[in-house]
Amino acid sequence: MSGPGPAAAPGTPSVQSGPAGRAHGPLWHAWRRLAANRAALAGGGAVAAIAVLAIIAPLIFPTGPTDQAYLQEALAFPSREHPFGIDDLGRDFLTRTVYGARVSLSIGFIAAAFSVIIGIPLGAAAGYYGGATDWFIMRLIEIFSVLPPLLAALLLGAVVGGGFWMIVFIAALFGWVQVCLLVRAQVKAFKSKEFVRAAVALGASPTYVVFRHLIPNSVSPIIVGFVLAIPLAMMLEASLSFLGVGVPPPTPSWGQMISVGLNFMYFYWHLAVFPTIALAATVLATSLFGDGLRDALDPTIEGRRA
Amino acid sequence: MLEALVTAASKMQPALQLCGIGKTFVLKSGSVLNRRRTEVRAVRDMNLVLERNSIMGLVGESGSGKTTTGMMALRLIEPTSGQIRLEGEDITEYGHQEMKEARRRMQVVFQDSYSALSPMLTLRQIVAEPLLIHGAGGATERDALALEWLERVGLHRSFGSRYPHELSGGQRQRVAIARALILEPAVLIADEPTSALDVSVKAQIINLIQDLQNEMELSVLFISHDLSVVRSLTDRVAVMFNGRVVEEADTETIFSQARHHYTRSLLDAIPVMDPRARPRRHFMSREELEAKVVTLRASEMDGPARPSGERRLVKISKSHKVEARVAA
Repeated sequence: MSGPGPAAAPGTPSVQSGPAGRAHGPLWHAWRRLAANRAALAGGGAVAAIAVLAIIAPLIFPTGPTDQAYLQEALAFPSREHPFGIDDLGRDFLTRTVYGARVSLSIGFIAAAFSVIIGIPLGAAAGYYGGATDWFIMRLIEIFSVLPPLLAALLLGAVVGGGFWMIVFIAALFGWVQVCLLVRAQVKAFKSKEFVRAAVALGASPTYVVFRHLIPNSVSPIIVGFVLAIPLAMMLEASLSFLGVGVPPPTPSWGQMISVGLNFMYFYWHLAVFPTIALAATVLATSLFGDGLRDALDPTIEGRRA
Repeated sequence: MLEALVTAASKMQPALQLCGIGKTFVLKSGSVLNRRRTEVRAVRDMNLVLERNSIMGLVGESGSGKTTTGMMALRLIEPTSGQIRLEGEDITEYGHQEMKEARRRMQVVFQDSYSALSPMLTLRQIVAEPLLIHGAGGATERDALALEWLERVGLHRSFGSRYPHELSGGQRQRVAIARALILEPAVLIADEPTSALDVSVKAQIINLIQDLQNEMELSVLFISHDLSVVRSLTDRVAVMFNGRVVEEADTETIFSQARHHYTRSLLDAIPVMDPRARPRRHFMSREELEAKVVTLRASEMDGPARPSGERRLVKISKSHKVEARVAA
């Protein structure tokens, strides 16, 4: 390459000395802010613990979630051997509750991932091209925001039948809207920044500008959108399973377990209480973590609140 | 042989020519039913020649169309009329690929150094970006050249792995200059590169531009409203008013023998330190200035000129043009 020599120009101002210490990117600073937020850290820690527990479940419990190993003790109350008791079909309830996290978390994460996969390109296109593209995508978003997700999900579930992927599909169908709006706003704000115009002045193609500049500068809203889509998907799964069009038994799902537990509520309280606590704790922890992430990644929000 | 001739011929051409260039913005307002269209003529029928290896100042108040002119030269704003010639080559109608090649020869430094650098990239990535876009060299070569350029604009190599938010305004502007010049363009358009900087830093950036211009034999279009900077830096000055050039001459001529009323009022607006030396000023409004037309006799002109009631840009010496009406 025919580069110019680094010959210092006569009269070039003295070379400014290098700063001491390591260089830190914007994401590092966001991490520091997150680490200072105790509620978010606790939420993140709880989600991580639940996830680990769900993954190593087969190693901890002697029976599987669908093994009717304790039929003779069916409906037994919590005891030393069975901390959450036994359910109506003779299955260890702690085992089922922990396995329930597998369904809840995997639906939450997979649906959130699909929300992001749909939301990023649509949001980037709407923000970047504007005009007719933006108009069309915004109308699409409006359709999805006036439809109550649970009602639409019930209808779809009744037509196609429930099941894991059905729920993921429905949750993603409603989850992408938030990601799309966040990405669109960010891309729109950054499109007119001078570093983008400088890239255009260098001959960069729209694809280059979007992938090199606009999407990397949208990581914050993308991460936030992803994390906040998780509890929404988990709630949707629980609601559908509760109503009987979600994950079919015998696969343990918290919504389904609450639904069954309600039948026994007056006499055997533990069947409804434990899955409810598990669901509430997981959704709360994820939301706390997501809110903390949002504050950490967008420090301007804090100023707006004050 | 022929190619050599063509290259030689293109070296004879001015670095950048704007021929009768104009821009009309259409503003739409009101609701769907009650749509109103307003046309704003930001720049009208503008001619400008940037000679090789020289710095030309483009001055005027805010809203006079100087930034629009610069952006049109870069085709970041598409002109509604006229031609842009880069080293004699008409680039007005170029498609993306041809324009991409042309863009190697013409670069820009913006006013706001804060938004000029992507917050997500390190400085070495930012400076190497032009090489990446044009596919020049491998990753290691690009990186090495980027670090060389950081030093060339007066920043230590260790800045290479820093992020923009850790830099001062002046340091950021140095990075922006390195990015603009790493492809060794023939033309640099500097759109008020020092307006957002404080005085001492401003002087450093001016010196840097001057040094690099000398070294690289750059042709610089320096857009500014700061006349003292323009005086110290430029070879020639064009004065813009209401979207057109009203006076153009060598820098010293503009500062000593300005003819147009607008140029004079701009010069009067330069602050003078000594209160006793301050001239008695009369600031005229835009309307007043627009109404005041310079009238010249044909004998005052350089070369033959036909009288006309219309005001137009006329030559009053070899290198001095002014907008005037020519009396018989």
